[in-house]
Amino acid sequence: MPRRSRYSRDPLGLRRALSGWLLPGLVAAMALLAALAVAGAQGAAGLADRWQRGAAAAVTVQLPDAARVEPALAALRAMEEVAEAEAIDAARLDALLRPWLGAAPAIPLPALIELRLRDPRADPVLVGDRLAAVVPGAVVEAHGLWVRRLAALARSLQALAWVVLALVAAVAAAVVAVATRAGLAARRDAIEVLHGLGARDADIAGRFARRLGLLAALGAAGGTAAAVPMLALLADLAAPWVGGEAARGLSALPWPALLAVPPFAFLVGWATAQATVRRWLRQLP
Amino acid sequence: MVRFEAVGLRYPGTGPHRGDWGEEALADVTFALPPGSFTWLLGPSGAGKSSVLRLMHLALRPTRGEVEVLGLRTARAPRAALPPIRRRIGVVFQDFRLLPYLSVFDNVALPLRLAGRPEASLKADVTEMLRWVGLQAKALALPPELSGGEQQRVAIARAVIHRPDLLLADEPTGNLDSRQARRLLALLREMNRLGTTVVVATHDDELVARFPAPSLLLHEGRLHDPDNARGPFAAEDDGLAEA
Ligand SMILES: Nc1ncnc2c1ncn2[C@@H]1O[C@H](COP(=O)(O)OP(=O)(O)OP(=O)(O)O)[C@@H](O)[C@H]1O
Ligand SMILES: [Mg+2]
Repeated sequence: MPRRSRYSRDPLGLRRALSGWLLPGLVAAMALLAALAVAGAQGAAGLADRWQRGAAAAVTVQLPDAARVEPALAALRAMEEVAEAEAIDAARLDALLRPWLGAAPAIPLPALIELRLRDPRADPVLVGDRLAAVVPGAVVEAHGLWVRRLAALARSLQALAWVVLALVAAVAAAVVAVATRAGLAARRDAIEVLHGLGARDADIAGRFARRLGLLAALGAAGGTAAAVPMLALLADLAAPWVGGEAARGLSALPWPALLAVPPFAFLVGWATAQATVRRWLRQLP
Repeated sequence: MVRFEAVGLRYPGTGPHRGDWGEEALADVTFALPPGSFTWLLGPSGAGKSSVLRLMHLALRPTRGEVEVLGLRTARAPRAALPPIRRRIGVVFQDFRLLPYLSVFDNVALPLRLAGRPEASLKADVTEMLRWVGLQAKALALPPELSGGEQQRVAIARAVIHRPDLLLADEPTGNLDSRQARRLLALLREMNRLGTTVVVATHDDELVARFPAPSLLLHEGRLHDPDNARGPFAAEDDGLAEA
């Protein structure tokens, strides 16, 4: 004997007409893509931001030995395009290089000075030439160019992620529209009966919209949950560039954006179903 | 209450000439039914009885003329104005149109729930109505599990549960034996006595003879009104033999 649906929750029998795992499954796959895109966008944004902030201070002066640090600092501070000049102390340098050179480096380390230019667009090569005249052996390294390129790359990745997100939303809406039409076809008689009894378009469209919004949100929750381990792994891999240990694993994930995926899917499902059903209902008098 | 004024109705054509409009199923139909009246709608098969009823319960709008139901002129009314009027009309269809996956109780409760009646106050009304049509014991059955006559009684219960101002029935006795048909008629008369305007389409002459009342006689989509009983709006006719 078929199970009786309770009217108050489901007068159109939508639980049976709109059931199965096809719609949630498709939405889950798309939510997975959306989660990856969102995380990618946020990650790229973080990298671009970090690198760009870094770029302003990214002029480094390398000196062959520590004895020349003081004269070099004096010379640099005297130059008017230099806003700040700071020697990097040996301990910090040691810490920075340890991953590459090991705990007790056998080679003599150069001394480093970090420069901040008053105008980030000024050419650090000119500074370097003038410094080299005063302190022989000083080498200026400007990281600006490759940082700018990396930042541009990160920004394109970010834009691409938004395009992917828009596409995913559009495909999800199309899938929901198809499912809605199938539901309308399956429940045509029931809809006509309710319409004849004086149900408003909003009553009927609302029933469909809630059901399809719920299915989409369920699928999206599943897809997003499936994306979390992948994203944690990626965050681990990205950690060295984004800020060390703090950015590792689950804590590094863009949680607000990920948590927004299921409600967003609900909205897409709800709005698409509303529009589809209301348009379909207009064929009835 | 219900007023037809030079009503013409065409159904959209189907078949090879899709999109064309078919022949006029109704032409120049004019009449008015006063509130609280009981009217038979008679005529041979294909005369247009169901079409007239469809116009009355706003399942169709006229292609020509004006249909006024419960104070609403339907020909050009905005779509959003129709549902509140529909909720004041009860209809018994020849094919019942019950929702097969809802219990008898829920089917009968539909109009009350659409009107927004709270669940608490609705249970007693529905139970009382089911008792009246003798289906108390089947409240939890599904329509496909019922006999034709039982389904018809569910359809009737659903049509009258919300005390509609206008009650329409299309061949309501089609599936009933003559004893049940008389019972149904008694029920419709009772509703009429309580103030509901009732229109019944039928070709069951025995039933009409048992309960004489004003009638509208349709023939090939036109109103046949030999006595001019419906007043000055009545259609001039070409003297058809009685149907
Ligand atoms: N949905 C429809 N599409 C096209 N034509 C229709 C439709 N419904 C009815 N008609 C036509 O309208 C005319 C009147 O039909 P209607 O159903 O109103 O007759 P009726 O008097 O109720 O007949 P019956 O006693 O057999 O039920 C018929 O010629 C029929 O072919
Ligand atoms: Mg008919």
